[in-house]
Amino acid sequence: MASGNGRQFFSGNEAIARGAWEAGIHVAAGYPGTPSTEIIENLARYPDVDVEWSTNEKVAFDVAYGASLAGARSLVAMKHVGVNVALDSLMVTPFSGVHGGFVVITADDPGMHSSQNEQDNRYFAKFGKIPMLEPADSEEARRFTKLAFDISEEFDTPVFLRTTTRTSHSKSIVTTDEQVKHPPKNYKSDPAKHVVPIYGKHLRKNIDERLKKLGLFAESFADNRVERGTPETGVITSGISYQYAREAFPDASVLKLGMIYPFPRRMIEDFCAGVKTLYVVEELEPFIEEHLSIFGVTGRHAGLRIIGKDKLPSVFELSPDAVRGSFLGEHPPASFDGEIGVPVRPPVLCPGCPHSGVYFALHKLKATVTGDIGCYTLGALPPFSAIDTTFCMGAGIANAFGMEKVHRDTMGKKLVAVIGDSTFLHSGIAPMIDIVFNRGITTVVLMDNATTGMTGHQQHPGMGKTIREEKTFAIDYEQLLRAIGIRDVRVVDPYDLAATETALKESMASGEPSVVISRRACVLLEEEKAKTHLPYEVIGELCEECDLCLKIGCPAIDGSSPVPSISRERCIGCDLCAKLCHFDAIVPVTAHA
Amino acid sequence: MPEGKRREALNRKQGMNILFSGVGGQGVLLISELVARTAMHAGFDVKKTEVHGAAQRGGSVVSHVRFGPRIYSPLIPAGEADILVALEKLEGLRWAHYVRPGGLIVLNTEERIPAAIDANPVVYPKDIESFLSKKGFVVRSVDAHAVALGLGNHRAANTVLLGAMMDDTGIPAEQWTRVMTASLPAKFLDLNLTALRRGMEIAGSAAQSVVS
Repeated sequence: MASGNGRQFFSGNEAIARGAWEAGIHVAAGYPGTPSTEIIENLARYPDVDVEWSTNEKVAFDVAYGASLAGARSLVAMKHVGVNVALDSLMVTPFSGVHGGFVVITADDPGMHSSQNEQDNRYFAKFGKIPMLEPADSEEARRFTKLAFDISEEFDTPVFLRTTTRTSHSKSIVTTDEQVKHPPKNYKSDPAKHVVPIYGKHLRKNIDERLKKLGLFAESFADNRVERGTPETGVITSGISYQYAREAFPDASVLKLGMIYPFPRRMIEDFCAGVKTLYVVEELEPFIEEHLSIFGVTGRHAGLRIIGKDKLPSVFELSPDAVRGSFLGEHPPASFDGEIGVPVRPPVLCPGCPHSGVYFALHKLKATVTGDIGCYTLGALPPFSAIDTTFCMGAGIANAFGMEKVHRDTMGKKLVAVIGDSTFLHSGIAPMIDIVFNRGITTVVLMDNATTGMTGHQQHPGMGKTIREEKTFAIDYEQLLRAIGIRDVRVVDPYDLAATETALKESMASGEPSVVISRRACVLLEEEKAKTHLPYEVIGELCEECDLCLKIGCPAIDGSSPVPSISRERCIGCDLCAKLCHFDAIVPVTAHA
Repeated sequence: MPEGKRREALNRKQGMNILFSGVGGQGVLLISELVARTAMHAGFDVKKTEVHGAAQRGGSVVSHVRFGPRIYSPLIPAGEADILVALEKLEGLRWAHYVRPGGLIVLNTEERIPAAIDANPVVYPKDIESFLSKKGFVVRSVDAHAVALGLGNHRAANTVLLGAMMDDTGIPAEQWTRVMTASLPAKFLDLNLTALRRGMEIAGSAAQSVVS
């Protein structure tokens, strides 16, 4: 929060926002993505910072970098795969450097809690030759964010701050500081530094010289520190892994790297020379371990035993159990699943979710469906089982078009891409244009639920309001689609199951590129929750036990007994199940009272 | 729990590990937040962790709270939770192996059938309470939904469960009510303070299923 100094109980993300504010930041931008979302959300609570949700991570990166070039301290925040989207811009900034301090937050998701893939973004630091700091708790997240701005300005470079889901979403105690003002510097045109395609060859050598200087800086950087313990056992670690290592090896000597790139080579060599057995405790890839062999630590320190990824998994999230189990052979008690059977509990579409209506129709029409990233990916699960593919933001539309190219005669009129409104604006427009440009016939369902649903209702350009709820232009999807050459545009209410099915059927058959806009707000939006609806119930005497109502996949309906029952507290009264019932057995609770 | 015994429990453990589990949307994150803040106000180092995102759409949700003189990992190691508060019965079973031998499981009796992930029907395990008692855990079953409805609002169910475990944390009742008073909107405060008290009474009089 903006107010209150002293001891606070902050998540890593809240602490980064606080640290950036204390560092005198002026501009922050991002696109929502778990586990990074709350960084930008929290920054928006500091009124003196210009904060935006951008249309995608590359735009966010370019906006924040522009602010840096103009002389202000600025920050961009994204999840690990967001860096993939922003990578084109990212890779050129080490050539041109910064004016105001510029910090890039990458929030990785080991364990894929809420992501399509697992990737270790420490490699982007090496790839781009960009320094990277890695906090181990919220207090470090706050402090390291401030340090990142100082390093950025001192070395004229973008600086990465890498968190993981566990550091972003864990809360711990933080001691806040006052803000140090950094008024934006004056802008000075400097084409020889900033028109990179022309002057890049001159700038290229700066990057490696800078990296050498940063390597020397790392040797004396106070947050690369040794915690002295027994010389028998040494641990090299960083980030959240430090916490697990401290619990597994309470007596060890620990080298904790606050800066994970570039490495303090001499410090590492000296540390390794002073211990007999070295444990490398790191999550995901053997990033530290690879550098130990690059530095020749193994060869030069005969007799040193190094234990790392030969024992510790390089997939999924670490935990105290994983570290103790892998290195010490202490295995924790197992789940009771083997004894009694513990069924998994997958996430599901909410009661009354507008996407349910679309998936019910697509399932019925036996369409081949390419999906995209959002809550609506859950349409792949029973009872809909309506999605054939899902990869990453914006991929579904062009994936469908690619399939169409191969099997146009047989599949062309059965292919549908589904995409949410926020994802469409993020990266769905260019592939849409591609279909028109290259004479395709693919049908796209634009699932407009008037928000960014999965990450918790962030504003986007279709909503007519900014991150601070200021009024702004709201994209008119119908006009936009017509302007890029889609003539067949239909709008349906997905609660109207018959109309949704008809629109889809006709669009799929139309033989030209078409878009069905399924328009209904997410039921979790506050204004939707405030609307009162009567819950529905099943009249046992009328129910023929056909289970058709279960086909709408509503978690408020319990189908475990022959006559299904509806939870009064969870039913939102959307009436989708009542529409499916042929026997009028599903009615609002008061209708027969 | 008498004051002397409470202090003894805290000194022995030098803090506590409490795990909260439930179904997305039930309020796991809210009650774990309240517990963490109470521990912080009681002067402990505290860490709390969970994962936000898609899992909250009706999936299995878990939140770890650890407090003591100095906390490193925010994640509780399996087998080391002193208390598990399960807002749903199956979610109690799912995380029970995180509880230390003889540890306490406060189990809401509510059952929610999970969605299927394939064509096979979901089998909801029977007799979860007796299974867990036989494993040596102290199982305190609470029909929090019914208790909350009795108080006039089903939304107070989580606070009833909180009340049913708070004495076992060793943190005095005044700390809990103080943090709750500071955190909740005024219009819900009375309801929640009553729910907290009801939960505490239930814990005090509970016919707990313990198999020795």
